[in-house]
Amino acid sequence: MDWDEIGLKMGLEIHQQLDSKGKLFCPCNCELTDDKPEYTIMRRLRPTQSELGKIDRAAFEEAKRKLRFYYQAYSSHTCLVEADEEPPHPINSEALEIAVTIALLLNMNVVDEFHTMRKQVIDGSNTGGFQRTGLVATNGYVETGHGRVKIENLCLEEDAARRIEEREDGIVFRLDRLGIPLVEITTDPSIKDPDQLKEVAYQIGQILRSTKVKRGIGTIRQDLNISIRDGARVEVKGVQDLNLIPEIVKREVQRQLKLLELREKLKNRKAKVVDKIYDVGDIFKDTRSKIIKGAESVLAIKLEGFSGFIGMELQPDRRFGTELADYAKKMGVAGIFHTDELPAYGISEEEVKRLLEHLDAGENDAAIIIADERDKAESALLEVVSRAKMAMQGVPEETRKALEDGNTSYLRPLPTASRMYVETDIPLFKIGAKMIKRLEDELPELPSEKKERLIKEYGLSEDLSSQLVKKGFADDFEKLTMVDVDNTLVASLLAYTLPELKRDGYKIENLKLEEIEGALQLLKEGKISKDALKDIIAYIADKKVEPIRAAQELDLLLLSEEEVGEIIQQIVEENEDMIKERKMAAIGPLMGEAMKKLRGKADGQLVNRMLREKIQEKV
Amino acid sequence: MDPEKHKGELIMAYRGLAKKLLDSKSIKIGDRIKIKKDDISYEGMLLDRPEDADDKHLVLKLDNGYNIGVEIKDAKIESIEEGSKPSIELPPVDLEKNPELPDISIISTGGTVASIIDYKTGAVHPAFTAEDLLRANPELLDIANIRGKAIFNILSENMRPEYWVEAARAIAKEIEDGAYGVVVAHGTDTMHYTSAALSFILKTPVPVILTGAQRSSDRPSSDAHLNLISSVIAAKSNIAEVMVCMHASIEDKNCYLHRGTKVRKMHTSRRDTFKSINTKPIAEIKNGKIKVLREDYQRRDSAELEIRDKIEPRVALIKTYPGINPEILEYYIDNNYKGIVLEGTGLGHCPDDLIPAIERANEMDIIVAMASQCINGRVNMNVYSTGRRLLGAGVIPVADMLPETAYVKLVWALGQSKDPETVKKMMIENISGEIEDRSLLEYFPG
Repeated sequence: MDWDEIGLKMGLEIHQQLDSKGKLFCPCNCELTDDKPEYTIMRRLRPTQSELGKIDRAAFEEAKRKLRFYYQAYSSHTCLVEADEEPPHPINSEALEIAVTIALLLNMNVVDEFHTMRKQVIDGSNTGGFQRTGLVATNGYVETGHGRVKIENLCLEEDAARRIEEREDGIVFRLDRLGIPLVEITTDPSIKDPDQLKEVAYQIGQILRSTKVKRGIGTIRQDLNISIRDGARVEVKGVQDLNLIPEIVKREVQRQLKLLELREKLKNRKAKVVDKIYDVGDIFKDTRSKIIKGAESVLAIKLEGFSGFIGMELQPDRRFGTELADYAKKMGVAGIFHTDELPAYGISEEEVKRLLEHLDAGENDAAIIIADERDKAESALLEVVSRAKMAMQGVPEETRKALEDGNTSYLRPLPTASRMYVETDIPLFKIGAKMIKRLEDELPELPSEKKERLIKEYGLSEDLSSQLVKKGFADDFEKLTMVDVDNTLVASLLAYTLPELKRDGYKIENLKLEEIEGALQLLKEGKISKDALKDIIAYIADKKVEPIRAAQELDLLLLSEEEVGEIIQQIVEENEDMIKERKMAAIGPLMGEAMKKLRGKADGQLVNRMLREKIQEKV
Repeated sequence: MDPEKHKGELIMAYRGLAKKLLDSKSIKIGDRIKIKKDDISYEGMLLDRPEDADDKHLVLKLDNGYNIGVEIKDAKIESIEEGSKPSIELPPVDLEKNPELPDISIISTGGTVASIIDYKTGAVHPAFTAEDLLRANPELLDIANIRGKAIFNILSENMRPEYWVEAARAIAKEIEDGAYGVVVAHGTDTMHYTSAALSFILKTPVPVILTGAQRSSDRPSSDAHLNLISSVIAAKSNIAEVMVCMHASIEDKNCYLHRGTKVRKMHTSRRDTFKSINTKPIAEIKNGKIKVLREDYQRRDSAELEIRDKIEPRVALIKTYPGINPEILEYYIDNNYKGIVLEGTGLGHCPDDLIPAIERANEMDIIVAMASQCINGRVNMNVYSTGRRLLGAGVIPVADMLPETAYVKLVWALGQSKDPETVKKMMIENISGEIEDRSLLEYFPG
């Protein structure tokens, strides 16, 4: 696809947890827990007037749901601050320093004075109803193969509470994650190529890894901003796999193009959304649809001119109807029925006919049915009405969730700018030239610099060096070179062998650096062969034994030359007939047999030399 | 409104260097400005700055919503566009009276439950009308017809005994004007002093409910909403006493109605900071319903409205401690104080060294009352010799009364009578539920 022609514009937002001692606004530790909660606190949140006098759109959306929230708390992991029972402590200066360091690595201008803000979020993920956040720096850049990308902002903020489950009576959150410091890095929204987007994400990720940040699943999150000409800005949350970025972009572009197409079609049909909600319970009195039968009430709306379009595919396996259903589900209903897919699900043709008659629907008109408690069904249908109206305008601005296949689903409207107001409980923090100078002097080595240095200092190939850096093994490599075995061997062990073992299901994450060092030491002392290294390390990872014991238990300790000689002598004697017949050519098959017995226990070259000598003796 | 009573508001203003710079360019709060430095330039709306911050930075709200402080040193500042005066656009509220519902008055004294912040400037607005309340809490319309009245806008730490009187008069006026119940929005710090004072000053035929918030009302998690709704429900109840209505736990589940003379702020920050001490709450409000927890309360309309508002503010509340210097007591005696409440240790003791001063106070007809800094429990000055000596020196033990309540009561009692013996008698007599004869097992830990 020609991205330029459709006016594709993308931006990236990266959230990375910092590895500071203590949370951003209290000294609780930053570890998550799966222990049984000691306390559960029920709370409700309400939207408030925001800074500019307007009430925020997204905030109201959540408020409408009138949900209750349950917060799981622990004496070990949380205190009154997370529970919103104590004002925040002054900001964690270590976290602020890490954030400034990252900003400097991204070539940014750090602000003179850091002001903590409250960003209103009333989905329950923050006990206060807002996330605390502040702008640390602006105006930076990273270089990519497709050119320079501007980094607009770097903010330091607190992570949200962990969503544990959604229950009938409210959403359950765990407070352990709430307050862990994280940086939010936002690029300029002018990235034009999906591959560049992926590269920027990768580059920033590499820079982050060179600083004091948390590692592992859930510690970094990527959000994408995607828009096309005449489309709308859509924020895709929760992209886990960088490799999926181009696919997500492709599918979002497809969705927006389809929605624009839908707008034209609706216009041509003079489509109209009727605001009225019909009670159609009578029509389904004797229905065979279990869902409808069990419901308190059955309500419907009429979408004039929409017939045939609700089933229109916007993304692979996602229809316009799926979008309508996403909106409805926000009000707590299980889903919708639409006439493009009916009769089905136990709803008969006769019922559909009577429904359409009842709504006075023409042949181009469609109907949406929701069966649930009256209040819920009604508010859900109002959501469907509003989404259907948006379809006539084109693409709505939305926050969407990244799905595993590269599709996205609706989360909530895009938040408006009026969500931010100042946090009066935290003093202003003057950053100052002195602090910046000190952090500048202590800047960590960037991944690109590290790669070049490894090549120069250790004679590694470009490929090995960049693999080490990319996979985060560079520091481990430098420590292991102390053992004084072949550098390339060590590098390839880390860069290739370990990931290979991991793929094969070995618990590489359990492996300690000292254990690898121990195995390399055995190699250096000539107790094991190069070939045996992989098996020994795999064994250590699984069984958690000392390297020497691993070698013993695997029977991979090198044999003495004498012992090797005896085994070869035995092979030669057993195969005298073959040697007589094939002379020196017997070395091929016999070498195979010897290695079967000696693999990992003797050096291949030694075996070859001794075998050759013994055969020569016989010939 | 008395300007004196506005002390303690968060003051926002540029001063010094920053003010000079802004004045020289005629730039005002709300203007869109550009600040240029060597390597960076920022554009945004100029916001006000807390007065206690330095005068070397300007506060800018950027277009992305973030505020930052920009040092004015080496910066060029230009005005881009004059800002419109910040205003809070609020939709009108339908205030049509529902004849089915009772009239409840809400009186504001300032503090967290009633503050509205102008987020554009960061200033705290004294705005407190029935409209504001209803806009923030539209559910109130289903419960009562609300009348709103602001009498002060002060932080509760700046409360003074004269204001208690003023508040009592304002409440009485509402009751005279037909209020079925009165809710008083109050800062939490000294709410229990005010509730005790109102308990003594007012005889009320209707409920008088004090409430507040531990999380400011500008945040979505504020406890103000549940507290206010519960208070209005309480104000419709049959319990015609002065009470404090606040969260019963840290959950947004239920509120307790505490007797105004036996309640105390017991935690600096928790929602359930108010506890009934040496007693239990009168009622619980949950899911919009009131559940009475004890029967010994004053019924609606069983008393005539009466206001007994003479007070004597020259009363001190002194906490004793190891090493306390008798000079402290001497000071009050020499400075014409009329009463002293000692917050003694344990059963009601203080160092022997204080006894001569107490004796002198007694000779001068200064009332010295003894409560305990244990907070929980009853003073008993017969158990140890120090207690007996203090009794001999003329100290009045005030049973299971809270020290703060004892202080308020003495301020009030000294206003009611000039006769020391009468005042002493009043101090040990239960007048507004401040003294209970029996200490029940369930009262501690409460």
